[in-house]
Amino acid sequence: MAENTFEPKIIAFVCNWCTYAGADLAGTSRFKYEPCVRIIKTPCSGRIDPMFIVHTFERGADGVIISGCHPNDCHYNEGNFNARRKFIVMRRLLSQLGVDIERITFSWCSASEGKKFADLVNEVTEKIRKLGPYDAYKKLNMEMR
Amino acid sequence: MARIGVFVCWCGSNIAETVDVERVSEVSAQIPGVVYSVNYKYMCSDPGQDMIKKAIKDYNLTGVVVASCSPRMHEVTFRRAASEAGLNPYMLEMANIREQCSWVHNDKEKATQKAIDLVRMMIEKVKRNQPLQNIKIPVTKKVLVIGGGVAGIQAALDVAGGGTKAILLDREPSIGGHMSMLDETFPTLDCSQCILTPKMVEASQNPNIEIMTYSEIDSVSGFVGNFKVNIRKKARYVNPNECTGCGICWNKCPVSVPSEFEQGLGKRKAIYIPFPQAVPNKPVIDTEHCLKFTSGGKRCGICQKLCPKQCINFEDKDEIITVEVGAIIVATGYDIMPTSAFGEYGYGKYKDVVTALQFERMVCASGPTLGDLQRPSDGKKPQTVVFIECVGSRDPAHYYPYCSKICCMYTAKQTILYRHKVPDGNAYVFYIDIRANGKNYEEFVRRAIEEEKAQYLRGRVSSVYQDGEDLVVEGADTLTGSQVKIRADLVVLATAMVPPKGIKELAQKLGIGYDQYGFLTEAHPKLKPVETSTAGIFLAGACISPRDIPDSVSEGSGAAAKSLGLLSKDEFEKEGIVARVNELTCTACQNCVRICPYKAISIKDIRDRKGNLIKQVAEVNPGLCTGCGTCTPTCPGRSIDLQGFTDEELYSEINALAEL
Repeated sequence: MAENTFEPKIIAFVCNWCTYAGADLAGTSRFKYEPCVRIIKTPCSGRIDPMFIVHTFERGADGVIISGCHPNDCHYNEGNFNARRKFIVMRRLLSQLGVDIERITFSWCSASEGKKFADLVNEVTEKIRKLGPYDAYKKLNMEMR
Repeated sequence: MARIGVFVCWCGSNIAETVDVERVSEVSAQIPGVVYSVNYKYMCSDPGQDMIKKAIKDYNLTGVVVASCSPRMHEVTFRRAASEAGLNPYMLEMANIREQCSWVHNDKEKATQKAIDLVRMMIEKVKRNQPLQNIKIPVTKKVLVIGGGVAGIQAALDVAGGGTKAILLDREPSIGGHMSMLDETFPTLDCSQCILTPKMVEASQNPNIEIMTYSEIDSVSGFVGNFKVNIRKKARYVNPNECTGCGICWNKCPVSVPSEFEQGLGKRKAIYIPFPQAVPNKPVIDTEHCLKFTSGGKRCGICQKLCPKQCINFEDKDEIITVEVGAIIVATGYDIMPTSAFGEYGYGKYKDVVTALQFERMVCASGPTLGDLQRPSDGKKPQTVVFIECVGSRDPAHYYPYCSKICCMYTAKQTILYRHKVPDGNAYVFYIDIRANGKNYEEFVRRAIEEEKAQYLRGRVSSVYQDGEDLVVEGADTLTGSQVKIRADLVVLATAMVPPKGIKELAQKLGIGYDQYGFLTEAHPKLKPVETSTAGIFLAGACISPRDIPDSVSEGSGAAAKSLGLLSKDEFEKEGIVARVNELTCTACQNCVRICPYKAISIKDIRDRKGNLIKQVAEVNPGLCTGCGTCTPTCPGRSIDLQGFTDEELYSEINALAEL
């Protein structure tokens, strides 16, 4: 089989204090990972609106990563718990609406987990590569217009 | 109309090697709204910053994107430069094309494309940014120091010396920490007690320092400059205001239990001070062992009967005390690794296998044998002692991968102390390599080897077992490639330093980070070594990672200096990134009020001129708001938005994706 060379578009919504710093640490430590991810920084995973995800797919993304501080480690005490609650509901809703929730990855990644961040990006890229471009959503999007 | 300037940094070769910076600035120049685009070798340098300032003025820029390192590194630098040129600092954004691009990718084409995308996203964001003003809030001029070891004592003394009040908190009955347990210290062999106890006394007598021992953090709220801390003052069962430390109670107490301070080698009473030089010199009752408590109040009570000042109160209760402070210094120190793990070294099985900290007590003039070196099993003076280094440290397969830093030095010291006690004794040291990288450290190790004839064997120990009265240590000498077997009277283990018990819970209460072991995370490992990522909370000593005394003391001073700097002004300026309510659309549904972790949002009435209530809306207290933005996605009417990370700004970043 020919090598899968599909370069997916992946957007990562990360919190400033843990995952953004973890991604920085991956850089400082020179852990290499797939260049398909674009990071959008928010102060806290609690700031991430579920609508961002829908909008991201609308704009042609093939996958989304959401990552914040580990439970109990939130810089704002409980923002990540709010995020978790929101996304549990959101996943169900999206799934019922026909969105492929395999394309949404939720993770915790701390400021000291540079390796974990690099691994996360690689795993998600690999997964999305296998799933292929999110044509179904793009098609729907075109029809809606 | 937006007029954006884009400044692409090479960072020497750090970015330029993997990202075609020329192309990034060329493509950026084509993006609508960009009126100036340039690349330069070091944007953070003076000439680089001058370029930005000049362009802001010459091109009348309304927004700036600097594509370089992480904003965690230089956002402050560049925003200051923008501000100096008359641009609102919040109109400058950074695209992170180093940590999150050039350093993590190899493919130049793909990395360049990614860099262009990141710049494009930030251009779209900065076009929609609004100028923000920093918020000024009053500060409480008081510092809480958690942990009364040498780092904490130094921090409290320096804070007090700077004219600011300090609270020095310790969960033990006395301040002093691990340093008070040590005999003599490397590399000068000055007596630990002799240099520490004067500092302890100084702290207790300083009018700017309030010492709270036997106390723990219950909860923490508030924010930089205005923390509110609930401290649990554990019941001492002794009135510390009346007690004179005369000692009648602990002399007469009939219950003896192993002393924690003596590392289980000596005894203490159920009413006790941990060591004779304790500060404060006032006892506590250990209810787990006190007869009065174990018998349900029926027996004993001798201390109460004999106390000349009637200080004993068996009804004493834990007390919660609320203090308000402007800054917090965490100096909680370390524990040594639980030794039960080391079956191969026979710890716990053989009495004569001890930890290095126990050895300190065995040779210390204030220890249980008053400095007369006796082995624990039979009191014999050990003629041969084997010291084993890196027990638990540098052992990723079994225990901890990190180096505990101080063991090489204190082992060398202990061989010297041992030879001073037993001049004809044999000291063997099993080591991996010797790390003596401090001032006069290498010379000190040479002294142990050359003058005190400590015999260093490079290799690991495979087993320790008993043979008659002796212990037999079997190990490898990797330099001669041979197996060695040493008959020893005493084996000393240099066990790993680990974070203290309860550190994760404390870190969670404070809202600061910690690593996989539990060591606390500094804001930057090199440039912000005593700061945390939470403003107003600082670190000092071995709670960050293994530290020796000089390191701990300098960090204590460092954290004190940082706190004093923070509290030097009457008002503290914080970032303008706070939530804002659109009063026209807010319906006062209170979702945001309920979800705000800081209770920063309340409901206010809007009235007309006659005082009639027109409507209620949410109101943000900018002093309390920390800018987490949890309220924003919670609002059903999109009526509360986080300035600096507004919906419009973040959606514009996503929208930029459509162009990618």
